[in-house]
Amino acid sequence: MKALILVGGFGTRLRPLTLTLPKPLVEFANKPMILHQIQALAAAGVTDIVLAVNYRPEIMTAALKKYEKEYNVRIEFSVETEPLGTAGPLKLAEKILGKDDAPFFVLNSDVICDYPFQELAEFHKAHGEEGTIVVTKVEEPSKYGVVVHKPGHTSRIDRFVEKPIEFVGNRINAGIYILNPSVLKRIDLRPTSIEQETFPAIVKDGQLHSFDLEGFWMDVGQPKDFLAGTCLYLSSLSKKGSKLLTPNSESFVHNGNVLIDPTAKIGKNCKIGPNVTIGPNVVVGDGVRLQRCVLLAGVKVKDHAWVKSTIVGWNSTIGRWARLENVSVLGDDVTIGDEIYCNGASILPHKSIKANVDSPSIIM
Amino acid sequence: MATLGVPHRQKKAGSKTTKAIILVGGPSRGTRFRPLSLDVPKPLFDVAGHPIIEHCFRAVTKVAEIKEVFLVGYYDESVFRDFIKDCSHNFPSVSVKYLREYQALGTAGGLYHFRDAIMKGQPDRIFVLNADVCCSFPLGQMLQLFEEKNAEAVILGTRVQQDAARNFGCIVTDAHTKRVLHYVEKPETYISNLINCGVYLFDTDCIFPAIRSAIKRRTERPRLFSYPSSENLDSYQSFADDEDGEKTEVIRLEQDIMSDLADSRQFFVLETKDFWRQIKTAGSAVPANALYLTKAFQTQSEELAKPSAVILPPVFIHPSATVDPTAKLGPNVSIGPRAHIGPGVRIKESIVLEDVDVKHDACILYSIIGWGSKVGAWARVEGTPVPISSHHTDILKGGVKVQSITILGKECGVADEVRVSNCVCLPYKELKRDVSNEVIM
Repeated sequence: MKALILVGGFGTRLRPLTLTLPKPLVEFANKPMILHQIQALAAAGVTDIVLAVNYRPEIMTAALKKYEKEYNVRIEFSVETEPLGTAGPLKLAEKILGKDDAPFFVLNSDVICDYPFQELAEFHKAHGEEGTIVVTKVEEPSKYGVVVHKPGHTSRIDRFVEKPIEFVGNRINAGIYILNPSVLKRIDLRPTSIEQETFPAIVKDGQLHSFDLEGFWMDVGQPKDFLAGTCLYLSSLSKKGSKLLTPNSESFVHNGNVLIDPTAKIGKNCKIGPNVTIGPNVVVGDGVRLQRCVLLAGVKVKDHAWVKSTIVGWNSTIGRWARLENVSVLGDDVTIGDEIYCNGASILPHKSIKANVDSPSIIM
Repeated sequence: MATLGVPHRQKKAGSKTTKAIILVGGPSRGTRFRPLSLDVPKPLFDVAGHPIIEHCFRAVTKVAEIKEVFLVGYYDESVFRDFIKDCSHNFPSVSVKYLREYQALGTAGGLYHFRDAIMKGQPDRIFVLNADVCCSFPLGQMLQLFEEKNAEAVILGTRVQQDAARNFGCIVTDAHTKRVLHYVEKPETYISNLINCGVYLFDTDCIFPAIRSAIKRRTERPRLFSYPSSENLDSYQSFADDEDGEKTEVIRLEQDIMSDLADSRQFFVLETKDFWRQIKTAGSAVPANALYLTKAFQTQSEELAKPSAVILPPVFIHPSATVDPTAKLGPNVSIGPRAHIGPGVRIKESIVLEDVDVKHDACILYSIIGWGSKVGAWARVEGTPVPISSHHTDILKGGVKVQSITILGKECGVADEVRVSNCVCLPYKELKRDVSNEVIM
């Protein structure tokens, strides 16, 4: 089987992290975002993966070479010379996606969930029509495009309603699809939107179905959602009884959902959790309090620091008695001084912070 | 042989007698010191391990010839009873008495009212110290200048930044002779950046007649003097509302006496280059604490905690307080009696009062923690540093004036992990959520 991952541009919404690594390589729950998707696709029997990008950083090429071997898949870049929207990249990759009659997966690289590729493929085969889009239930459908089904039908889509004012349904496009190669004929090689143009056309022919996603779903394209997505992901691991999580029997674990790389070191009298990921080679000092935060590889948190709702970029150092909160994001190699307070600070790489950041701001 | 060479003037000076008066004010004056003055009279509030007034008193005891000290104010008699008992015990050669005004008479009015008590034994000179001043009290130098100049009055002055000067009494001097040429209390325009420190030395033959003539002027033309300002509104009203004007003279040294002395008397200024700060607002206790601790450190006081990896000097820890060895304190920290400081705690530029309990890994910066308050684990109580040269305790934050120093009143509680910044919290409040830039009633 084949799949196309829509990676797109520079990932500016996830800066300052994406100033250091391209978004697909930023670790989500201690694993590059794209690896979550590659593993799930490979497990569902996908052998050809296309990455639709509009730039191709060297560092990504090297990383993906490694994954090709590890997961026995072929990964190809499809580089847009101009941004082609969400549908154009499919046409650009027609050679691969349309090389046989088997349907192919399409997914947005920012989406994190329990990817249901196997079941999705089976469901798609069962109804035998052109396309299936994964939908997820949301509490506030008015913020999204809502899927409305044909009367009396549970999966065939009747129409899409963008940001509905009145309640018409609570299922939204989750950014994961399986499509027959015939769909490629519907797309021109120009900037086009799969949501705005391609899908409505398929719906008109009554050929588009929806597939309900079980469990969590999150677009983690920006820091606030990255943190929220981390919580959902860790909760999901916890529900499944995953061995990856640090057991609650560990004295420093508080309310669970704590994922710690085996190479990380944790000091005495810490209180960690809930919803914390700690990357490789991280060193956490004594009396440190961590909750709802992400520590990427090589981070050093000194004694008595307090960190909440914060993404700490690679190799950054947090001083003693420092306090970070309210979606602070530290880029690579940032140093937070002893006793410093950061409230919603977004700090670019290699900066050293010596005075409090009292209200959300960007430190250049 | 040597004694023969001593000039006549100095020999005469040696035989002169000097008393000291510490002006302590009263309960209605200390409102800017709230919320701390809700529980303790301002002069008895501990900075650097001792009541504010004790710093004045100790300076007075360093002048050997002073054998008698009066505290003048309108607090209840009982307020200073224990303090006076301690003073008499520690300094048996000095007599300390409290003279209570039954109504606010003003700083000069109070002196005049008690002139008989003060003048008993015919002292030649009196020191007058405002208790709400934090400085090194160079009284010896003032005496020396007084004698050198054959002065009738000496005032302690200090230089402040030009834009701050208008908040104080401003002194214009002859740079060469140090004689005071002109004095204005809180002028509207810039006059001088040499300001009144609130410490005076007077010839008794000068000061009492000067007050008497001010009272006389007042009685003749009562309403033209003592005009109201936000500073003296209370005392002004009590005077204006009273029909028996002659007996209720509110006469203040700064407004009513200094200017006259500059015009007509041998009035000189001793300019101190040492530290000086007013203790008006509660927040100003933090810089005062820092200044007195620094002074104690420079004079190698035995009272201070020994510097180490976790004690950044100067730090005062009361002998009855318990501090975990992993806590890091200083600089400029005072820990009160029976306070308990837990493991991994950080305290900097702060005053922690009696019976406070600080749980592990908490962080206290630029704050005052009131008596019996509890600070939870990983809590953060924080103020904002103000420039060393500033005489203000409020700062602009997002365009709004807020307290730079965070103050918790008596028996407040800060829950685990809660952050309190730039807040003033009245007594007996529990803070369970993060708060900043607020006064919590």
